[in-house]
Amino acid sequence: MNPRITKLREQSLKAVNRISAERALLVTEFYKSDRAQEVSIPVKRALTFKYILEKKKICINEGELIVGERGPAPKATPSYPEVCLHSLQDLDILNNRPKVSFKVDDETRKAYEEVIIPFWKGKSYRERLFREMDQAWIESYQAGVFTEFQEQRAPGHTVLGGKIYRMGFLDLKAQIRRNMEKLDFYNDPQAMDKREELRAMEIAADALILYAERHALELEKLADGEPDPARKAELNDMATICRRVPAHAPRTFHEALQYYWFVHLGVITETNPWDSFNPGRLDQHLYPFYKREMEAGTLTKERATEILQSFWVKFNNHPAPPKVGVTALESNTYTDFALINVGGLTADGKDAVNEMSYLILDVIEEMRLLQPSSMVQISKQNPDNLLKRAARILKTGFGQPSIFNTDSIIQELMRQGKSIEDARNGGASGCVESGAFGTEAYWLTGYFNLTKVLEITLYNGTDPRTGKQIGLQTGDVTTFTAFDQIMEAFEKQLRHFIDIKIKGNNIIEKLFGDYIPVPFLSLLVDDCIDNARDYNQGGARYNTSYIQGVGLGSIADILTSLRYNVFDTQKVTMDKMLDAVKSNFEGYDDLRYDLIYNTPKYGNDDDYADQHAVSVFNMFYRSVNDRPTVRGGRFRINMLPTTSHVYFGSVIGATPDGRKAGMPLSEGISPFQGSDRKGPTSVLKSAAKIDHLKTGGTLLNQKFTPQLFEGERGIESLVQLIRSYFRMDGHHIQFNVVNADTLRDAQKFPEKYQDLIVRVAGYSDYFNDLGKDLQDEIIRRTEHKEF
Amino acid sequence: MVVKGLIFDIKHFSINDGPGIRTTVFFKGCPLRCWWCHNPESQARHEEVVIKERSLDGRTYRIEEISGRWVEAQEVISEMEKDGIYYDQSGGGITISGGEPLMQPEFLLELLRLAKERGYHTALDTCGHVPETVLKRVTDHVDLFLYDLKLIDSEDHLKYTGVMNEKVLKNLMLLSEMGKNIVIRVPVIPGITDTQKNITALRDLFLELNGLEQIDLLPYHRIAKSKYQRLKMNYKLEDLQEPPLEKLNELKKVFEGIGMKVTVGG
Repeated sequence: MNPRITKLREQSLKAVNRISAERALLVTEFYKSDRAQEVSIPVKRALTFKYILEKKKICINEGELIVGERGPAPKATPSYPEVCLHSLQDLDILNNRPKVSFKVDDETRKAYEEVIIPFWKGKSYRERLFREMDQAWIESYQAGVFTEFQEQRAPGHTVLGGKIYRMGFLDLKAQIRRNMEKLDFYNDPQAMDKREELRAMEIAADALILYAERHALELEKLADGEPDPARKAELNDMATICRRVPAHAPRTFHEALQYYWFVHLGVITETNPWDSFNPGRLDQHLYPFYKREMEAGTLTKERATEILQSFWVKFNNHPAPPKVGVTALESNTYTDFALINVGGLTADGKDAVNEMSYLILDVIEEMRLLQPSSMVQISKQNPDNLLKRAARILKTGFGQPSIFNTDSIIQELMRQGKSIEDARNGGASGCVESGAFGTEAYWLTGYFNLTKVLEITLYNGTDPRTGKQIGLQTGDVTTFTAFDQIMEAFEKQLRHFIDIKIKGNNIIEKLFGDYIPVPFLSLLVDDCIDNARDYNQGGARYNTSYIQGVGLGSIADILTSLRYNVFDTQKVTMDKMLDAVKSNFEGYDDLRYDLIYNTPKYGNDDDYADQHAVSVFNMFYRSVNDRPTVRGGRFRINMLPTTSHVYFGSVIGATPDGRKAGMPLSEGISPFQGSDRKGPTSVLKSAAKIDHLKTGGTLLNQKFTPQLFEGERGIESLVQLIRSYFRMDGHHIQFNVVNADTLRDAQKFPEKYQDLIVRVAGYSDYFNDLGKDLQDEIIRRTEHKEF
Repeated sequence: MVVKGLIFDIKHFSINDGPGIRTTVFFKGCPLRCWWCHNPESQARHEEVVIKERSLDGRTYRIEEISGRWVEAQEVISEMEKDGIYYDQSGGGITISGGEPLMQPEFLLELLRLAKERGYHTALDTCGHVPETVLKRVTDHVDLFLYDLKLIDSEDHLKYTGVMNEKVLKNLMLLSEMGKNIVIRVPVIPGITDTQKNITALRDLFLELNGLEQIDLLPYHRIAKSKYQRLKMNYKLEDLQEPPLEKLNELKKVFEGIGMKVTVGG
């Protein structure tokens, strides 16, 4: 890392998270204006976007090569009151909480108190959403049966394809014009809606070009005052780049990255979409520019690395937008899940690994930043060398890159109806979610607490935490004479809650489409322009809504325990089992010991236990898969928790697998922490028993002590382990290379471990930034490897 | 009558006992009594009680476990078959270790036969102190011998392992003459096997063997101490320290000097 990058990286690491009222004030101003009242909703949204980009402060940091900040300074994070309005109390919580605080200065607080809150109170999307939800939804939501993704953030969760590297925004405008001319007001009743959407897109396109020009002006101003001739020339070059892109297609490596970055800023300024946004297959997109310039002698490897590193810093400058309400209090996760994809296949099915793949991996290793996160796609066609290179980075204990099975991703996407080329151009984003990059709007709609549904089943439809009857009365389990009766009752209960969730989703998605269309994002995802329809209204080529199942390992262990202890061996009666869990195992120490140590568990390649994971998975799949969404797409499942397994565990009492009340559930499709005792080959076998190809992503977390990676042999074994899992259609695997003592020491002396990054669940986070419960969980997972 | 064997463990994802990813089964019963043995539960040819402690919520549970169970070869191969995809992918297979597998020749043969039926690569970890006739019965079914060699001086061998080493050396020569694939595994026990005298003698012997390519140095570690306590056995190396890295590197160089591939650990 050269001194310039070292300095930029340090500035980014040291920058303090702040809430900036800039965007909220601009949005409020515009919404109050006469102009806003005169136009259609899509045009109003586009004009709002343009208003922000015309007025917001231009920030250019010293020495940087890629320019543009979402806020007025690095980590100055805007808010989105039209989506979700922060109360003064929320601001105070964000300002004061010990972990990952967002500083709120007096001026910002005053702006909220006097301008933003008075205007938006009652009007924000979030408030509208909660007004529209029925009693059953509210009760299930409050009981922790599911979460709702769109209650604080806009749908996003999409990844850019290759379009911007071929087309400038002027080209997109020409495409908009062509579609405008095709509108058929005589025969198409939607012609007016389409015209408004196309008008909105055109305004949004102009807005970004204008925004880039403002950067050009600022860069030229800085160049004028710059004493160092080298930097002066660089600033002038950067100004030229900002006049070129995004208006025109990029010609150089530097232009390509700057173009992407402007687009990125546009997307995360328009709304606060989930998982920010992401360039996706970066090695594929950049390689042609790199190759051409290297051949022409206009670029060196060192310069390319430096520009990429400067690009990396930009991601790290942008934390996820701060949350409100209970999530602001409890969640410390503020990384924004940009996941760079490396490797995989080309659209015509060839090994896509190139020189840029390795260069990007070098950058990842050297930068060691939380954002962007990174992954490698591994197809059977990709060389082991790529996997080995990735393994060597993993070995440094930084949790990146995670490893994905390209061949599975492609089959998952094709099963959902994508063309083979679109599937091959896809990858994974966020934590582990499969998507067709540049052509799909795939929304995550909420985590679903499978284990909670089983708990409610065991209490005949009542939530034991509140005593409220929120589920169906599926029968008193103490009267059941066969284990299968539990499974039948659970499936009924599951369908009941899935119906509630889907009804909610269908209302929420419609609200978003109607009230917060995203004309800017619609420019970028095919075929929104040709369909003249918004991304939030089903304009994309593919539209998918996911419900994410959580706690598979836990629920499998609970069912296994009931089958084994109550029915098959009859060691315990159902009455006694329920008494034990109701009393949180007080006075049932020996029973709990047996439940933990002498009962079969998921994750040991033992069909007796693993069959329950498979059954629950299949039930979940049957109750969700292929149901229609309001956007004209389909509901699908995936299996990932992010950190929700901690929250979901907190709303569940003690369980028949020996887990105490409130403890976290298992995460992803990993076994419950400490339950796998037969090593990684057995874990992988168990995890592969569910049909990954029926999902849009599964998450498997494995921790290893660094010793396992020692030497060539260690790396080689790891490579073969991953290859074997992928041969069984496993979707994803990630590794944390740490030992428990290190982590315990980090808990005691956080100051010594400020750079300690651990893989949490589908993403990495600073260990110090995690709550103590999550820290403890990670320590337990590690320790288990050692006992 | 189906022959049964006494085993004490099956370990999955074994990556230091032959090529690739392997599954290792440990036979119980050994003719040697090496002072440093880190699997003391492998020695006796009968089931025995092991005391283990497990804690839960601050309470400690003392558990009596039986080490060793009599199983049919079919049962072992069924457990190993679960990992077939890993063998196939990694060029791995199964490893039979112990204890001394050749002390249960009928059971061993049956297991090797079942493994070969499935096309698995087989590795046999042996101390070599077995009748030549027994060894000869299995050689056709074994792809790789992991041959444990400790001390060249027979008196020393007797002192530290309980037996003289004539059979060990003779069987090694036999395998070498048969052209079998052999990896020799030398435990590095400070002051006992790593002496100048023993290392030189080992090196000279290796030079005589045909086709020997690899030496595994297995450094002594103290992890076994608690196992002896659990088995209520006497541990003779109470105060011995683990060999320092420099020493291991020095030994590694000696054997690399005669053209061997040398690994450390296992």
